[in-house]
Amino acid sequence: MEKEKIIQVKNLTVKYGDHTILDSVSFDVYSGEILVILGGSGCGKTTLLRHMIGLETSFSGSVAIDDEMITDKDESQMFNVFQKIGVLFQGSALIGSMTIGENIALPLQEYANLPQRSIQLLIQTKLASVNLLGFDRHLPSEISGGMKKRAGLARAMALNPRILFLDEPSAGLDPVTSAEIDQLILKINHELSTTIVIITHELASIFKVASRIIMLDKSKKGIIAEGDPNYLKEHSENRLVRRFFNRNPDL
Amino acid sequence: MTDTSRFSPPTRQWLKTGEGNFTLRLAGRLDVNTASAALKTIVPELKIRSPLYLAINIEDIHFFDDFGAVVLFELKKQTEDQKGTAEIIGVHKSTQSILDRITFEPDSNETKQTPRSDNFPERLGEATFKFCSNLGYLLSFFGAVLVAVCHVFRQPKRLRLNDMIFQMEKTGVNALPIVGMISFLLGLIMAFMSSIQLKQFGANIYVASLVALAMISELGPIMTAIIVSGRSGSAFAAEIATMKVSEEIDALFTMGFDPVIFLTIPRLFAAIIVVPILTVLSNLFAITGGLVIGVTMLNLTTGSYISQSVEAITLFEILWGLFKSIVFAVLIAWTGCLRGFQARGGASAVGNAATSAVVSSIFLIILFDSVFAVIRSYWW
Repeated sequence: MEKEKIIQVKNLTVKYGDHTILDSVSFDVYSGEILVILGGSGCGKTTLLRHMIGLETSFSGSVAIDDEMITDKDESQMFNVFQKIGVLFQGSALIGSMTIGENIALPLQEYANLPQRSIQLLIQTKLASVNLLGFDRHLPSEISGGMKKRAGLARAMALNPRILFLDEPSAGLDPVTSAEIDQLILKINHELSTTIVIITHELASIFKVASRIIMLDKSKKGIIAEGDPNYLKEHSENRLVRRFFNRNPDL
Repeated sequence: MTDTSRFSPPTRQWLKTGEGNFTLRLAGRLDVNTASAALKTIVPELKIRSPLYLAINIEDIHFFDDFGAVVLFELKKQTEDQKGTAEIIGVHKSTQSILDRITFEPDSNETKQTPRSDNFPERLGEATFKFCSNLGYLLSFFGAVLVAVCHVFRQPKRLRLNDMIFQMEKTGVNALPIVGMISFLLGLIMAFMSSIQLKQFGANIYVASLVALAMISELGPIMTAIIVSGRSGSAFAAEIATMKVSEEIDALFTMGFDPVIFLTIPRLFAAIIVVPILTVLSNLFAITGGLVIGVTMLNLTTGSYISQSVEAITLFEILWGLFKSIVFAVLIAWTGCLRGFQARGGASAVGNAATSAVVSSIFLIILFDSVFAVIRSYWW
C-alpha cells in the first residue's frame, strides 16, 4: 500500500525525425507522492509529461497509469484514464470563449452527475481554494497570468483526480503567489492523498514540495539523478546536479 | 482497496428518534466517486420521511472531500425546502476544515457583473453608442492608412518590399486557380443560359457580346473581389488578429515600427496590384468558357466568336472595370486589416475578426458597385 506504483514508465524513447529527445527513460511514480521532474531548458521535460498523459505516441517503450497501459490505447480507450488525471498546461489552456466559472464547470457538468445547485457550490469551492472567489464571471483574457495559472489549477482538480500533472505551475508568478501555490499543492496532496507530478525550475518550491525528484539532462537524453532533493544537493556525485541545486555554474 | 469499493456509495442507517426527528448515520466513502450515487439514493429516502429535524452523523465516514461536503449541503437544503432543519454531527477535525470551505451561499455574488439591461430604449442607446464608436474607429483607421500611405510615398524605403511581394504571391498567384476555375464555369453557364433564349431569335452570335460585356463591366470585378475577400481578406484579419492577441503588434510598436505601415501597407499595395490583374484574367477565362459553348453547341466559329466579343468591348468598359476592381481591392485590404486590429481577447476573437472581415468587405463591395452603377447611368 505504501509503495503502490501508480505510474510506470518503461524504456520510453522519443524521437522527432532523427533527433532523439529521450533515450530509454524508465521510472516509477508512487501513489501519494509529489514527484518533481526537473532539468535545464530543452531537455524534454514537457515532452516526457505529454507522453505520460497519453497525448503523444512514443517511438518505443511503455507508460502505465494505475496498471493500465496507455501507450497502446486508442483515443476512446484513453477516456477512462483521463478521468483519473487532471492536467495543468504550461499556458493554462483555459477555453478563451468561456468564463472562468464555465471552464471549471465543464468537467463537473460532464462527469459529476450532480444537481445544478451542487455544481455551482463546487465551482465556488474550487475557486475559493485557489483564491479566485468572485472571478467566476471573468473571461480568461480579463485576468492576469498568475490568475490564469490558478484558474487552470482549479479546473485540473475539479474532479479531485487521483493524479495531478502540473507543467510549471509557478512559472511567471511572484514569490508570494508561487508560495501559495506550493501550499495549495501540499494541501491537495495531504487531504486527498493525490499523487502529483510537477515540472518546475523553482528551487524554493522544489525543496518545499518534492518528496522525490527526477532530473533530466539534454546530453544524456535521460535521467541523471533520482531521489531526495536535500540529499542530492549535498551528496550527488554528478556535478550537473550539484550545480543545479546550488545554483552555481562553476561548481 | 479494490476499485469497486472506491465507487460504492456510503452505507445508510435511518433512526427515528422522535416524532418527525430522524438521525441518518452514514458510513464509508463520501467523495467525488460516490457523491452522485449517494444523492440519488438518499434524497428519495429523505423525501419519504420529510423530517422536521434531521441529524446527519458522519462519524464513520472515513473518506471525505469537497464533493461529500456538497452532498451534505444539498441534503441540508432539501430538508429546509421541506420546512425542516438539519444538522451535521460527528464531524472530525479534518472533515471540519473541508466543511468550512462551503459556508457561503452559491448565489451570493450573482450581482458582480453589470446586469444586461432589458429596457428597450436603453439597449437601443447602447447599440447606437456602440455603432457610433465603431464608425469612429472605422474612419480613424482609414485616416491612419492614408497617413501611412503618405509616409511611404515620402520615404519609399519604409515600404517593406519583400513583405509586399510575398503578399502579392499569396493574394494573387495562389488565387489564380480558383479564380480561373470559377470564371471559366461562370462564362460557360452564362453562355449556355443566354443561348437558350437567344437561339429562338437566331441571335446566337450575340452570346459572345453578352458574355464579354457582362464580365468586363460587372461580373469580372465583383466575382474576383468576392473570391479575394474570402481568401485573403479573412487571412489578413486572422493573421493580424492573432498578432494582436499574442501582443506581437505591441512588440512591433515598442520597437519603433508603425504597425499600420508594417502590416497594412504591404497588404494594401499587394491587393491594389494583384486584384486588377486577377480581374483581367478572370474576364479572359470567362470569355474562354463562353467560347467553348459557342463553338460546341451554337455552331459558331472561333474567329467569329472572338471578333464579336472584341467588337462589343470598348476601352472605356475595360478601364471602368479595372477602376472598380482597384476600389474593391482597397476595400478588401482595408476591412481585413481593420478587423484584425480591432480584435481583442482570445482564440474566438480571431474567428470573429475573420468572419466580420469577409462579411463587411463583401457588403462594401456590393454597396460600392451599386453606387458606381448609379453614377454611371446618370452621369454618362
